[in-house]
Amino acid sequence: MKEWWKSGAPWIWLNGGAVTISMVMVFGLITLILVRGFSAFWPHPVLQTTYTQPGEAQLEILGSLRRSQVFTAEAMRDAGLNIPQEQALVDRHLIKMGNRDVTGRDFGFFVADFMTPWSFPRDATVLERREWGDFIGFPVRLLEAGGSVATGDALWPEFKLRLARSNALYDEIRQIERVDIGRINFAIERVRLDRRRAVLRDTLTPQLEAELAARRAALDADYAVLEARLDELYQEAGRDSLVMRVADGREVTVRLADIVKAWQPNNMSVLQKVWFYLLDFKDFIFGYPREANTEGGIFPAIFGTVVMVLVMSIIVTPFGILAAIYLREYAKQGPLLRTVRISVYNLAGVPSIVFGVFGLGFFVYFMGGAIDRTFYPEALPAPTFGTPGLFWASLTLALLTLPVVIVSTEEGLARIPSTLREGSLALGATKGETLWKVVVPLATPAMMTGLILAIARAAGEVAPLMLVGVVKLAPTLPIDGNFPFIHLERKIMHLGFHIYDVGFQSPHAEAAEQLVYATALILVLLIVMLNLTAITIRNHLREKYRAESD
Amino acid sequence: MKETQNTVSSMAASLFQDSAREALSLQDEDITLSVEGLDLYYGDTQALKGINMQIPSRRVTAFIGPSGCGKSTLLRCFNRMNDLVDICRIEGRIVLQGDDIYSRATDIAELRRRIGMVFQKPNPFPKSIYENVAYGLRLQGVTNKALLDEVVERSLKSVALWDEVKDRLQSNAFGLSGGQQQRLVIARAIAIEPEVILLDEPTSALDPISTAKIEELIGELKTQYTIMIVTHNMQQAARVSDYTAYMYLGELVEYGDTITLFTNPREKATEDYITGRYG
Repeated sequence: MKEWWKSGAPWIWLNGGAVTISMVMVFGLITLILVRGFSAFWPHPVLQTTYTQPGEAQLEILGSLRRSQVFTAEAMRDAGLNIPQEQALVDRHLIKMGNRDVTGRDFGFFVADFMTPWSFPRDATVLERREWGDFIGFPVRLLEAGGSVATGDALWPEFKLRLARSNALYDEIRQIERVDIGRINFAIERVRLDRRRAVLRDTLTPQLEAELAARRAALDADYAVLEARLDELYQEAGRDSLVMRVADGREVTVRLADIVKAWQPNNMSVLQKVWFYLLDFKDFIFGYPREANTEGGIFPAIFGTVVMVLVMSIIVTPFGILAAIYLREYAKQGPLLRTVRISVYNLAGVPSIVFGVFGLGFFVYFMGGAIDRTFYPEALPAPTFGTPGLFWASLTLALLTLPVVIVSTEEGLARIPSTLREGSLALGATKGETLWKVVVPLATPAMMTGLILAIARAAGEVAPLMLVGVVKLAPTLPIDGNFPFIHLERKIMHLGFHIYDVGFQSPHAEAAEQLVYATALILVLLIVMLNLTAITIRNHLREKYRAESD
Repeated sequence: MKETQNTVSSMAASLFQDSAREALSLQDEDITLSVEGLDLYYGDTQALKGINMQIPSRRVTAFIGPSGCGKSTLLRCFNRMNDLVDICRIEGRIVLQGDDIYSRATDIAELRRRIGMVFQKPNPFPKSIYENVAYGLRLQGVTNKALLDEVVERSLKSVALWDEVKDRLQSNAFGLSGGQQQRLVIARAIAIEPEVILLDEPTSALDPISTAKIEELIGELKTQYTIMIVTHNMQQAARVSDYTAYMYLGELVEYGDTITLFTNPREKATEDYITGRYG
């Protein structure tokens, strides 16, 4: 034993153990997110059973199994359930029953002992609706304008056709509402601002007044056309509906216009399920959120995150690099520089929420307010930049990640051999020429390293963003077809905040759980992708400036 | 004493047997640079003490001496490389064709264009071979492609590198061997046609064959340029130089015609050093 201690083997075990534990934690985290995230869209089978809890009314259950738990019978008895004394453990199932609007209860825990054996009816149908969550039942009749058009075996194929039609109509409605009417509103707002600006500057001539009125009239006419078209589309979309029978035998009518998609999970082959899964995943990534973010896609959040990180990179890179070059190449070494450097390095250790508070107080209210008074007086009292938005969020994050970029760049500059600088100077180059032609290009891989670290930190940051520009639901994307195309003042959605919002601010916790994992998965994938891009660029630069010694 | 004399004579004889050249005298030379009472301090330490010497045109002047004697420091005074050291202070004058290079009016970049320098370790830039040679011209704002091509070719030819690299001018200079890199660096220096070339131990990082090539090159270049070389290798100094300066502890101990200095040194200290009795 003593020998073993002396041999140093315990140290090796200790170190190896530490590495192992870290690896297990990392892989555990990734596996959890991958499994839960990727399984969120799998079409789970729908089970049917009768639930008879002693002392309560019999309940027909139709739904999909979410998870099962084992409880001690003791605890269940304490909770008032009538479990036989000789039984020690009880199985409990969480079942998603949907039909929130019909039964008021879309998830429920049920004790396995009180269930009749499960059956999986082939025609059990799940409808994903635009409101009120999923609907689970059996299709009975397809109606067109109140009259039945299909029942029995003919129903499902006919329903699929009509659903495709109604979804096409819906897409057109959304296109008009989101893009076309959005553009007209944007233009009307500009007319209003143009007029107000003219009033403020006292340049409102009758001629200008007439011109503005003409512009406004043209827009109103366009709007009227679109509105008429919308009415028409809504009329069209409301034509068909589906009568569904729910578990307890009641019949409920669902308008096809309210249905996003429908599937019969017990009637699908594995291949069909995989296809369905892929489509669902695509809808999740490219779709817009519905129902207080608990349903639909997360496209605006992905878009917002990427745009914010890009804008941040554009801000932080030049600032960080220039600051590092000054600190390393030009500033006179001494106590003052040491203080500055220590301050910059310690900025990295300041809690991020503090940056958020600073961003709100200084950037948004002070700078944003000043910008509004100077450049957008016509919009006041409604703020333009004097309110949280994309630009301020990016600027706050840029400040947060500035130390990382400065430190990396400085290290990169310090590594450039002095012989190269001397070689350039000896050819008659000035210090500036030497820097920009020899030193800085060689340090670009180090700068990219700094940027990679900055991106990794910024993309995952949530706390400061809640104060300076990220919101639960942004009505518009920060980049669109309306001039000037990139709207830095707009509020954005963000994946990190989306996870928090969906997971912990949502009224339907059970429904949201899977979305939390799926969103977390997308966030991780997004950061990996951003980093891989930056790493590829860095490796390319390294290859280009490969020194003999590398 | 007699023994010493013999050693020195025999070494010098072996070195100079083929050259059969006459001893040179500074009085007969055109003078490019003259150093007048140069003192150099690093902080409180004096690194060069009262140096006075004249550098002849189109000759090779070698600086020898033990490590730390100030020969590299002196060399770096000629193109004001010591300016990069914050704590360095210089008194005295170095006159390049009538102008004091340490006067306030001197344009340092212009000075360094006139006095080129090659360093101990090959230091090509992380650019293509072509761009390395063209670097100095581009700094001067030359953009004419034909002119650049011509200068690159001429410079590479004069360092005997053209045939080795003419097919891969656009590839990275780091791909060349150490000896090729050092010749490339010399080509880079002569591309801007300086008057003087300073060589700071140019072969100390090279193998014997590359060293021989560089030495041969020095012999060719001195027909056009004034060359100063710092070396640790006394044979090299004897082989390539016309004049030699022996320095010790920041002082110029002896300076004169190479053959005379090696065969019949005036100073005892010089003799001790070149016969290997120093230290």
